[in-house]
Amino acid sequence: MKLSFLFSYSRTFPAIGLLLLVGLLSWLFLAYKPPAAWAENELRLIASLSLSTLQPLPLDPSNRASADPVAQELGHALFFDVRLSANNQVSCASCHKPELRFTDGLDKAKAIGQSRRNTPSIVGLAYSPWLYWDGRRDSLWAQALSPLEDPQEQASNRMYIARFVTQDPEYRGMYQSIFGEVPDFSDHSRFPEHAGPGLKTAWYEAWEAMSREDQQLVNTTFANVGKAIAAYERLLVPAPAKFDDYAAALLDDQKTPGNIFSNDEIKGLRLFIGEGRCMECHNGPLFTNFEFHNTGIISYPGDLPDRGRVDGLREVRSNPFNCQSIYSDRDPEKCLELIHAREGVELIGALKTPSLRNLSGTAPYMHKGQIKTLEETLAHYNEAPFAMIGHNETEEPLGLLSFELRQLEAFLKTLQAPLEIEQRWLQAPQ
Amino acid sequence: MFKKLMLLNIVLLLPMLVWHASAQQDNATVLESEKGFFRLSYESQLDPIVINQMHSWTLHIDNANGMDVTDAEISVGGGMPQHNHGLATAPSIMAIGNGNYHLQGLRFHMMGHWELELNIASGGVEDKVVVILDL
Repeated sequence: MKLSFLFSYSRTFPAIGLLLLVGLLSWLFLAYKPPAAWAENELRLIASLSLSTLQPLPLDPSNRASADPVAQELGHALFFDVRLSANNQVSCASCHKPELRFTDGLDKAKAIGQSRRNTPSIVGLAYSPWLYWDGRRDSLWAQALSPLEDPQEQASNRMYIARFVTQDPEYRGMYQSIFGEVPDFSDHSRFPEHAGPGLKTAWYEAWEAMSREDQQLVNTTFANVGKAIAAYERLLVPAPAKFDDYAAALLDDQKTPGNIFSNDEIKGLRLFIGEGRCMECHNGPLFTNFEFHNTGIISYPGDLPDRGRVDGLREVRSNPFNCQSIYSDRDPEKCLELIHAREGVELIGALKTPSLRNLSGTAPYMHKGQIKTLEETLAHYNEAPFAMIGHNETEEPLGLLSFELRQLEAFLKTLQAPLEIEQRWLQAPQ
Repeated sequence: MFKKLMLLNIVLLLPMLVWHASAQQDNATVLESEKGFFRLSYESQLDPIVINQMHSWTLHIDNANGMDVTDAEISVGGGMPQHNHGLATAPSIMAIGNGNYHLQGLRFHMMGHWELELNIASGGVEDKVVVILDL
């Protein structure tokens, strides 16, 4: 008995060793064999992702101040101005921190209270037809108004802000230069100190007591504050990253990509445009289609599953500052995104695809910061779990191997680049 | 070496690609409906059609006798069958006379194989045209 055991052990042990060696060598071979040359269709896909194909930012027809240099200056000042908050401590930049690519590094934003969702970056958002994770606003300017009145964020009110911006000695002249006439809010019997719809009772009652015309005058001024902030935010567009250098060299016959990309980065790019299926949503030079998808992201601990676009669509349609509102500068019949917004069960739990440019500095990820690292994010898509509500569009696990996920991550890190913008725009005006 | 091979590939592939593209163009722009009641041609505001851009098309519909169909009721559907999802937008259609129709509010949000289904009803018959797009 003993002898036969020894016999079998001595035969099995080398066999296992050999198997391990073959396994290790084949793994090394798979992971480290040099990447193959790019096929024609792959080159076409790479070109479509390159920042050189990004169209110049079109004017926003709903915001006549969208490219006004004075509006950029005023918006810049307002973006960093804590006096627009109820406690004089919170500005747009408190959550959209320039040093963190205009995010805050938190799961959910913290301002006066805690927000419902993760702070998205503003960089490149001017290209998006929809704002917020659920697309509940349809312009940068309409978005900029929400935090000002949100009790969890800046917790102020439109009456106070309209008066403050138009009376402040520094802002008044700029406002007049951009929008023409400065409204007269000096009659406190018509224009109280604080007022706004849907806010705390006293402010709401004060708002209800105002005439419709006076309400519209306040709303117009409030909308103009948003339009100035949007003019500043439009300056924040991404700059070429290492990937764009690689793509440019690859697609130019006169140049050679040389060592711009490591083998892992090249293989990661190949997975990105192919087997990884990332380009189904993260496409175009901003690596996003700005559409809404349910990818089975798990709920934030203690929160109900997020209904996403289903609620966002309802809200944007009824938002008093949307593209078709009287405060928009666009012909309502030309608000095509709003008119042709789709409905349907596909949108249950669907949230907007974020850009993948500058991911490294913007963790945690997903709409409530549920996923902390890029590695975990890739693992999520590799597993494609069932959605808690609605249906996970990714359907099947990707089934990528661990070294392939590493390669994908290596590629994603090549999308990092500092903004090409004067430093003064990235800090409060002096 | 790699560059040369690439160049060779491109030189060899280019005529094939040109041929393929022109073949697709012919198929895509004049299409017969499934039961043969209608013929549809279309022209896109975007040429070539690119992803993530809102745009419109002009459609023209003839009947089997080559006469303009001016009173068609058309509904639009479709999507990406391989990805099991519909269109990214809800397009609308408006008759603009002489058998022409304005198809407004199209935006394709992914590269790949799209099928745009146009259900056409006129003169007591209904038929369907599927426009195939490879973006």
